[in-house]
Amino acid sequence: MSRRMDLRTDDPLAPGHVVPSRRGLRAGAWAAVPVLLAVGPFGFIFGAFATEAGLDPLQTMAMTAIVTAGAAQLAALQLLVDDAPALVAVLTGAVVNLRMAMYSASIAVHWRGVPMLWRVPAAYFLQDQSYTLSLRRYRERPDEPLSDRIGFYFGTGSITVVTWICGSWLGVVAGRMMPPEWGLGFAVPVTFLALVAPLIRGRANIAAAVVAGLAALGLHGLPYGLGLLLAAALGIAAGMAAPRLARRRA
Amino acid sequence: MSDAAIWTVIGLLGLLTYLIRFSFLGLLAGRRLPGWAAEALGFVPVAVLPALVAPMVAFAPEGGGWADAHRPLAALITLGVGMATRNLLAAITAGMGAFWALRALGL
Repeated sequence: MSRRMDLRTDDPLAPGHVVPSRRGLRAGAWAAVPVLLAVGPFGFIFGAFATEAGLDPLQTMAMTAIVTAGAAQLAALQLLVDDAPALVAVLTGAVVNLRMAMYSASIAVHWRGVPMLWRVPAAYFLQDQSYTLSLRRYRERPDEPLSDRIGFYFGTGSITVVTWICGSWLGVVAGRMMPPEWGLGFAVPVTFLALVAPLIRGRANIAAAVVAGLAALGLHGLPYGLGLLLAAALGIAAGMAAPRLARRRA
Repeated sequence: MSDAAIWTVIGLLGLLTYLIRFSFLGLLAGRRLPGWAAEALGFVPVAVLPALVAPMVAFAPEGGGWADAHRPLAALITLGVGMATRNLLAAITAGMGAFWALRALGL
């Protein structure tokens, strides 16, 4: 068996040559344009915040290009600033990113027959933006050929990552020029809230958010950022319990 | 924070994040999440992000007790605009605008 065959999934329906199509790449890149208006400034905020926290430009850009997950980067960095141990910062960042396991499972359903050769780089480009836009596209066009489908995904994912990296770089270079009285640091919690707000829909999500937020205030004194992880666990439990309690009452 | 701590976070968080992303696309390709796990994962962002933000906006950044009212108020406005418009940029603009306006008013 050739080495090429080893890189394919053993799906019997696997087409011979699945390659991201140029048409798909273009469509994906265009679809991502409105999102870039938010990704660029968010990158800027990260670059400025990381620089202010004491990271040198190489460290900031390495983090932004290797982790490529804004919320997790900011969360981990905030913990380092608060003098938490590095492993606690890693754990917290990973918990913030756990949602991507859900994205991964959801995209995989639409990717049957895509060879491993493309799945390995695809994982790097999986973020809130590429996931949301691609899934919407797959639902709207269930008959689109596989090569256009993965093209669309790589189109949204790559333009988003490039914008994110450029935004971070601008933040490293120009963040220092922002006068401190502008309170740019407040852009960090504001960005988190703006990211989470559209996801808070329905009673269960509200319960999860409120319980987690209040618990974080109550548990703030705990060492090593443990308060955050405990509060998040309580919030998740509240979100899962809410519909069950409502059903019992009904 | 030390350089070693920063590089540890970059390397380990980068690796873990990649593995989370690759999970069902590659490592577990063809398998599905069990129902309870999918349900719990669905609540991760709406629980983690508020837990992260609440102390940042409720407590004074320089330490020692509650923050001035403009911080939590601007946070609530960001949340409200974000929930109403579902637009990232609108929520960020409203939140920072409220932060500057309320602070100028001396709240």
